[in-house]
Amino acid sequence: MKNNTYKGQIIPINRDNVDTDLIIPKQYLKSIKKSGFGPFLFDSLRYTTTATLDSKDNREEDSSFILNQSPYCSGNILISKSNFGCGSSREHAVWAIQNYGIEVVIAESFADIFSRNSYKNGLLLISLENSIITDIIDAALSSNHYIISINLLSNEILLPDDTKIDFEIDSAYKDRIMNNLDDIELTLRYQKEISKYENKIKKTKPWLFHNE
Amino acid sequence: MKHTLYDKIWNDHCIRHNEDNSSLIYIDRHLIHEVTSPQAFDGLSLKKRNIWNKNSILATTDHNLQTKNRDHGITDPVSKIQIETLRDNCKKHNIELYDLDNIKQGIVHVIGPELGMTQPGMTLVCGDSHTSTHGALASLAFGIGTSDVEHVLATQCLNLNKEKNFNIRVNGDLNSFVTSKDLILYIIGKIGTSGGSGYTIEYTGSTIKNLSIESRMTICNMTIEAGAKSGLMSFDEVTHNYLKDREFLPNNKYYDDALKYWETLVSDENAIFDRTEEFNAADVQPQVTWGTSPEMVTSIDSKIPNEDSFSNKEEYADTLDYMGLKSGTEIRSISLDKIFIGSCTNSRIEDLRNAANVVKGEKLSSKIKQAIVVPGSGLVKAQAEAEGLDIIFIKAGFEWRDPGCSMCLGMNDDFLQPYERCASTSNRNFQGRQGDKGRTHLVSPSMAAVAGIKGHFYNVKDFMNEK
Repeated sequence: MKNNTYKGQIIPINRDNVDTDLIIPKQYLKSIKKSGFGPFLFDSLRYTTTATLDSKDNREEDSSFILNQSPYCSGNILISKSNFGCGSSREHAVWAIQNYGIEVVIAESFADIFSRNSYKNGLLLISLENSIITDIIDAALSSNHYIISINLLSNEILLPDDTKIDFEIDSAYKDRIMNNLDDIELTLRYQKEISKYENKIKKTKPWLFHNE
Repeated sequence: MKHTLYDKIWNDHCIRHNEDNSSLIYIDRHLIHEVTSPQAFDGLSLKKRNIWNKNSILATTDHNLQTKNRDHGITDPVSKIQIETLRDNCKKHNIELYDLDNIKQGIVHVIGPELGMTQPGMTLVCGDSHTSTHGALASLAFGIGTSDVEHVLATQCLNLNKEKNFNIRVNGDLNSFVTSKDLILYIIGKIGTSGGSGYTIEYTGSTIKNLSIESRMTICNMTIEAGAKSGLMSFDEVTHNYLKDREFLPNNKYYDDALKYWETLVSDENAIFDRTEEFNAADVQPQVTWGTSPEMVTSIDSKIPNEDSFSNKEEYADTLDYMGLKSGTEIRSISLDKIFIGSCTNSRIEDLRNAANVVKGEKLSSKIKQAIVVPGSGLVKAQAEAEGLDIIFIKAGFEWRDPGCSMCLGMNDDFLQPYERCASTSNRNFQGRQGDKGRTHLVSPSMAAVAGIKGHFYNVKDFMNEK
């Protein structure tokens, strides 16, 4: 059973359309693992020069980027604006966010494939209205520390000034996050139904099975 | 009950409705490549799971291949490991791989339709967002992440929530030298990059009906840039003619039955769409993107818009700063360093013919550092060479390459150096997409070709009239 509460420093990324190329650039997609992407999260914004998987040491950090500033660098809740995660379907974007230590992403809206990949990996996504997002980003940028807590049982966010914000979350998503389920195992419970369907279409659409 | 095309394919593949409102959907075809599959195969091994139906899988190498000097294999050691991992996985599971030594190798979204592996009415997935391309053949196709790749390998299914229906209707004739690339960029400019989120888009109307399948694929391909995972077009005579004689089509025994089924793959008259938008083809001029999102697009004869229409002024300023451009600059005055003709959006034979038509008898501008033409597949390359298109490009100063994704995402050694500006026929102008600090302008193949010859953007229609 996973924890139902999240607490930590906000990392504000004040822009719309944060795409997955920005989250993790292509040269790191050559890895055949699911881990080790944390150092490359927002790579092009974080460092002054680019790198590759086999040559990545001693790079200069761009101090103007939020992840290179305290206290944001140690944050675990990222907040951004609309259409977060658009573009490429690379699941490496979710792995990079999680590898860095980020547990929750809050945004005005999320791109469809990114949402799906987050769900599959247990990365919590929360959508909030534009005005609330803007207020939180502004407050986080002007505070030394901006620590919020999220309660997944009561669907509430608690801000540092004790304001409570309700959020909506799909119950299946919540269940997935809280129980860390193995989706393949769940689907394989319906093996017989899948086989039955397959046998049916072997008769109605036989051409699908005769391309070998 | 009236059904949309999406409803029909969905219903036809629904195995069961789950308690959480999702449905268990059967997947007919699964395309895999080197970048998003290794972790999925790893997951299967860890759990000692088998592949449900290896014959549903088409595997190729495309994303990180070099596009020249392939005789000695892959030179980049990190790419090589990834490609060899795919080879090992395919061998282990007895999956046929269209590898470097096969003329049928190519970009996964080019070879699927080309080989007839993509068929109407199929559900088709791939660990790549541009899987939407295959919707041009009335196939419900969408990109998935690696966890879902593993899920499909193991179960032949996905648990999905049904999207809403979005009808984009385009009527009238396109202006001369305006292509489907211009049309889809124009549409994205109007509805925005999240305009299609939560929907499956079906493209309808006389303009779409009059397009070739290759042109239709360009539109479905960039549907993901409008935020929708799938774009669809109904089956018609154009689809039928395209499919004829493709290698993996239903054999004679089943062909008539298949055709009968395919002919049902149209939205019913008066089917209900949750949203409809109409466009007039005559309004579309050649398009050029000027920013770092595909929705930041305008016509060739326009200027870079001012900040008034942007709510986030800071982001607008950052975009222009990244692109090295100023508000009010005429698009025509923007000079280029590199030209890229290729990608799953625009690397098919029709695209290469359009570009070659412009390039024929011309020379690349001396301002252009490099111009590359990367065919979408070995078969496209061979066809182009049979038509002499390679000679036209080479004579003009373009490089003629081997098939792959290439500079669309620059995973191989074809990428932009910092601050280089590229006219590209690909699909994404995101920051760093084509290379760190690189500046991308998305255009059609003929517009990219003209930009190569002029050294700056120019209206292809004017160019051809002056030619």
